Amino acid sequence: MSELPFNIKSTPVIDQVGLVERAQKFKTRSIKKEAKVQGLKMALNMIDLTTLEGRDTEGKVKQMCYKAMHPHEGLDIPTVAAVCVYPNMVGVARQALKGSKVKIASVATAFPSGMSNLAVKLEDTKMAVDSGADEIDMVISRGKFHQGEYSYVFDEIATIKEACGKARLKVILETGELGTADNVRKASDIAIYAGADFIKTSTGKISPAATMPVTLLMLEAIKDYYLKSGKMIGMKPAGGISDSKTALHYLVMLQETLGNDWMTNQWFRFGASRLANDIILQLLKQEKGTYQSMDYISKD
Amino acid sequence: MATKQNSYSLNFDTDWNYAPAPESSGHISIKDKYDLFIGGKFVKPKSGKYFDSINPATEEVIAKVAEAEEKDVDTAVKAARKAFGPWSKLSGKERGKYIFRIARLIQERAREFAVIESIDGGKPIKESRDIDIPLAAAHFFYYAGWADKLEYAFPNRSVEPLGVAGQIIPWNFPLLMAAWKIAPAIACGNTVVLKPAETTSLTALKLAELISDAGLPEGVVNIVTGAGKTGAAIVNHKDINKIAFTGSTEVGKIIQRAISGTDKKATLELGGKAANIIFEDAAIDQAVEGVINGIFFNQGHVCCAGSRLFVQESIKEEVESKLKMRLETLRVGDPLDKNTDVGAINSQDQLKTIQAYLEAGKKEGLESFQPSYKLPKKGFFCKPTLFFNVAQSSKLAQEEIFGPVLTIQTFRTVDEVIEKANNTPYGLSAGVWTDKGSKAFNMSSQLKAGVVWANTYNKFDPASPFGGYKESGFGREGGMHGLAVYLKIN
Repeated sequence: MSELPFNIKSTPVIDQVGLVERAQKFKTRSIKKEAKVQGLKMALNMIDLTTLEGRDTEGKVKQMCYKAMHPHEGLDIPTVAAVCVYPNMVGVARQALKGSKVKIASVATAFPSGMSNLAVKLEDTKMAVDSGADEIDMVISRGKFHQGEYSYVFDEIATIKEACGKARLKVILETGELGTADNVRKASDIAIYAGADFIKTSTGKISPAATMPVTLLMLEAIKDYYLKSGKMIGMKPAGGISDSKTALHYLVMLQETLGNDWMTNQWFRFGASRLANDIILQLLKQEKGTYQSMDYISKD
Repeated sequence: MATKQNSYSLNFDTDWNYAPAPESSGHISIKDKYDLFIGGKFVKPKSGKYFDSINPATEEVIAKVAEAEEKDVDTAVKAARKAFGPWSKLSGKERGKYIFRIARLIQERAREFAVIESIDGGKPIKESRDIDIPLAAAHFFYYAGWADKLEYAFPNRSVEPLGVAGQIIPWNFPLLMAAWKIAPAIACGNTVVLKPAETTSLTALKLAELISDAGLPEGVVNIVTGAGKTGAAIVNHKDINKIAFTGSTEVGKIIQRAISGTDKKATLELGGKAANIIFEDAAIDQAVEGVINGIFFNQGHVCCAGSRLFVQESIKEEVESKLKMRLETLRVGDPLDKNTDVGAINSQDQLKTIQAYLEAGKKEGLESFQPSYKLPKKGFFCKPTLFFNVAQSSKLAQEEIFGPVLTIQTFRTVDEVIEKANNTPYGLSAGVWTDKGSKAFNMSSQLKAGVVWANTYNKFDPASPFGGYKESGFGREGGMHGLAVYLKIN
């Protein structure tokens, strides 16, 4: 096993109380009028439209891909950033998204629990990449992390990163299982140094999923790495962000923590299934002046 | 632990600008002219003189306010004396009811008070809305609860009120300071003559209207407006039993001289030059945020502001570069905009004072930093400013600036930082940032300051006593300690 390229014992400590207090303050920003419309369109364009269920069908994935490209007829709005599916649906999505800029993200590495060996995880990843995934969302081995086997976690990420080839790698920390803010910071640093292109909060299968404090502390890990190395890392909060207001709060937090360069879907994503429709609802309201019935918005 | 910072820096020049989000001010009512509140009525000043109250963000006149002279103060003291007998004999439970009513009315009218506070004083609406007004109500609630329990606060002793209290408050937290003064005084059975600062009289006068609506007996609370001369008339009035003053150390000394040899009691809450200390084992990002809150809260017009930052040398570069970046995202501007973090400087005089210190820093040749954004063209605004490598002997590190200016010094050992932190005539507050509980406790017992915050800053609660050491004053406000200074304890 390799030595970590940084001293894990001296990763920055986090004060949970101060962290929550700071995250709370972003919620007092009032985003209105043009700023709101601009922010909502930006948020829509950052969504990884997701379906990760055992009951997913090819038909459902195809419909979701159409929605990803045309979120709502008659509104001048961007596409979402990507669709996020299981590996066996990547081929279907590839077909359905032909010719569009919408990316395909696939979860891999024995998602969501990661309870398997490296060989299986590699096979899982290769299958997704070979089927045409642009992005791989892997999970870390939380068990090994809690046992203090940080090098194992690091190596696993580095190996998967190699297997990704050109595909960008998002590393899911599953913060809801890490227990403390200090652990989330440690896991963030391990993932970043091991070659993650993105760090991601959650699978969406565990509660709590993404929260503003946990996202803030991961953004700060990204900031510290950037200030040291000049390399940008992306961030993806996932799970539990289902309304426009919350999405705007996240964007405020992003803008005021990492600045303008991160305000694009190249560096920030929302992992969400319901958020897109709420954004459409709000944008329709801005245009028409009243809230439309949800019956006017497609549910896929 | 030491992190070398390279030349990489974040870009906060944004494509996504927040649209203006002004709090509406259509619901407030401000009269063109305010008289003195004496004996339960608004009465004209004997001299017929009025002065302007100015909105520091627009430099426009908001209202004219009466100037009280000696004769007016005398009338007010007489009204308070007359009310003292019945009020002090009223049962604690009954007094408490009135005070609870005041507290509830403040909550009901919180929005109006918040907007007026921001218009008159320049503080950001999010602070007047989330801190000043709710805390003012909380103080009234807290002391209302004590009114009928005084005998339990001081077991086996008998207590009686002092009489008429003369109270003089500053312009940085106008309504909140009025609440700090009035609530414990009247809960204990005293009556008061209160003078708000001349630049921020309006919320005290709105409070007078509210007190009227609450049906408080006439003369229990009297509010006289004016500047230093009016304050002197209160301090020197023969029939006042107690002076409570919050303001500058300079004026505090004058007051103490004036009342020496009299049997007037006093509490003085004066200036400060607090040390905010970051150790290398601290949670840096949260500490940086705490330092920002410590000095730029209320434009730095805070007597307990953390205006001297001490950083352990191994983390100097990281902390300084993070502070600079954080300054770029502080929004300075219209106090009524909900997204404003730093509002207007309270008055032109204060702006000049701050600018003179900035000039002095330049003359000393100190390296400094100000954010790149522009200030509004009109109004009294000042950019948040950092000064680096400041000497302990520098004027900037020694004197209270009372503005958004932070001096930064480094230290190596615990003993060194304690010595430097205590090496000031002031001793109101201090902050310590460390991940080690034992270190925080050690520091809090060695720092000569009335309040020591650990891993947080500027936290206030009615139940917690507040006050200073040395030239930061004496006596405590808040908590049970805040009762003791308004009572004769036998």
